[in-house]
Amino acid sequence: MSFTREPVDSATAGPADGGRAGEKGPTPGPRRPGRWRQLSSISLPPVVLGVAIVGVWYFISYGVLEERRRFLLRPPHQVIKVGFLEWDNFSEILEAMWSSTRVALIGLVISIVLGFVVAIVMSQAKVAERAIFPYMVTLQAIPILALVPLIGFWFGYGRTSRVFVCVIISIFPIIVNTLFGLQSAERGMHDLFTLHHANRLTRLRKLMFPAALPAVFAGLRISAGLSVIGAVVGDFFFGQGEAGIGQLLKKYAVQLDGEQLLASVIMTALLGVVVFWTFGWLQTRVIGKWHESTSGGT
Amino acid sequence: MAATTTTGFLSFDRIGMIFPDGTEAISDVSFTVDKGEFVAVVGPSGCGKSTLLKIASGLLEPTRGRVVVDRERLGYVFQDATLLPWRTVRQNIELLAELHGVTKIERQQLATRAIDTVGLGGFEDHYPKSLSGGMKMRCSLARTLTLSPPLFLFDEPFGAVDEITREHLNEETQRLFGSEGFAALFITHSISEAVFLSSRVLVMSSRPGRIVAEFAVPFDYPRQPELRFDAAFAALSGEVSQTLRSAHT
Repeated sequence: MSFTREPVDSATAGPADGGRAGEKGPTPGPRRPGRWRQLSSISLPPVVLGVAIVGVWYFISYGVLEERRRFLLRPPHQVIKVGFLEWDNFSEILEAMWSSTRVALIGLVISIVLGFVVAIVMSQAKVAERAIFPYMVTLQAIPILALVPLIGFWFGYGRTSRVFVCVIISIFPIIVNTLFGLQSAERGMHDLFTLHHANRLTRLRKLMFPAALPAVFAGLRISAGLSVIGAVVGDFFFGQGEAGIGQLLKKYAVQLDGEQLLASVIMTALLGVVVFWTFGWLQTRVIGKWHESTSGGT
Repeated sequence: MAATTTTGFLSFDRIGMIFPDGTEAISDVSFTVDKGEFVAVVGPSGCGKSTLLKIASGLLEPTRGRVVVDRERLGYVFQDATLLPWRTVRQNIELLAELHGVTKIERQQLATRAIDTVGLGGFEDHYPKSLSGGMKMRCSLARTLTLSPPLFLFDEPFGAVDEITREHLNEETQRLFGSEGFAALFITHSISEAVFLSSRVLVMSSRPGRIVAEFAVPFDYPRQPELRFDAAFAALSGEVSQTLRSAHT
């Protein structure tokens, strides 16, 4: 996902990093690197590392573990065969994923709405910021495990509690980043609005909101990933009703279904990546035109 | 008592400014800017020049003295271009009219005229990040022009651009001064800029900032770029420079 900032840069943009490195990064050489070379220098390192990881995986499965202990780490092709290609197994994972995805999305939406409201309130009055901040930090500092009994006690062991966990885990970056973003408009711009008698709402709409967008998106990307984690963790503890991926992971672990366990983990990771990437794409769409750093996905 | 000195577009009457932390930024500053005048204030960094403009515009209340100025349509050109990065050149230029509740059609006309005036045609749809420093300043100027302010306050507006661009922008400003008929208070630390632009140069000392000398600039408008190589120009610049030096030893 590397977009160069200015058309002039496209020839010299370093392949190392999406945005920032492009400008001052050293030019690879006097010759223009070909399109293919550029592409291969971007994709080659991760491919090589990926192959190495699979190699180590095989080595552990066959070289380190003797046969009766091989269930601890099934070799990759077994995981693909049993976990992904046997439809009964895979559809079970997909269904659980769908349930967890919904929890993650509901949780994320609640986090976004609530987080925005809290951040806006904090941005409008210093006294509100001072009052709320310590509690926010405290909330963030409580390990979720400590809250589990209480959440179960209050909301039962079904979906409500799963969503609740999801919100607690994912709301913090949204509040902090949105607040930071709202406060990021330069002093001179505020002066400009003051000089021309802009009221509070106009200032918020035309200055603080747009200025906040880059930070908001950074927060969204983090929180989106966290909401997936929250959904899985919530599912782990609150498994009533439609079971999600957390319950399935538990079940596979108990039954020693190593292939399905690994397949579920891979699918969960994939969901996290998809969510993260989606927000990266959205960010590029919304603010890519004007914002300095236009790096999209990774 | 204070009404005696309220003759100009802008008048400072024994202004003093002491910040809450105890720093005395400005002390006993009195002068006026009249219609058709271009007044430059030169002084070293940190002498309270910018504070003077903040007081004039009402962003700061002076701790002593009083200011008389019509703040309804005040043109303020900031040190940075202060363009909103999420707005295109045109949208940035329309901003002030927008804040003043001007209708969309009228806004567009104002912006189009301002864009023509500063020579930004063809860049209307560019975002600030793709503009050079000089173009950003032009955009900032155009934004202020849309309000047709009778008085411009310039806060070291060309401090961040290179020498050649600065000279071009000076010529531009001088041309606008002629064509738009505004009065101006121009803060700068560049002596040649001050002399080239203004009809009057005030020299400010630092800590606290006081007006220590005043020079009338005799050259007629419009001024040509070659004026900078004129012997009289050099002589006057030298004099201002001398005064500035002796005030800061």
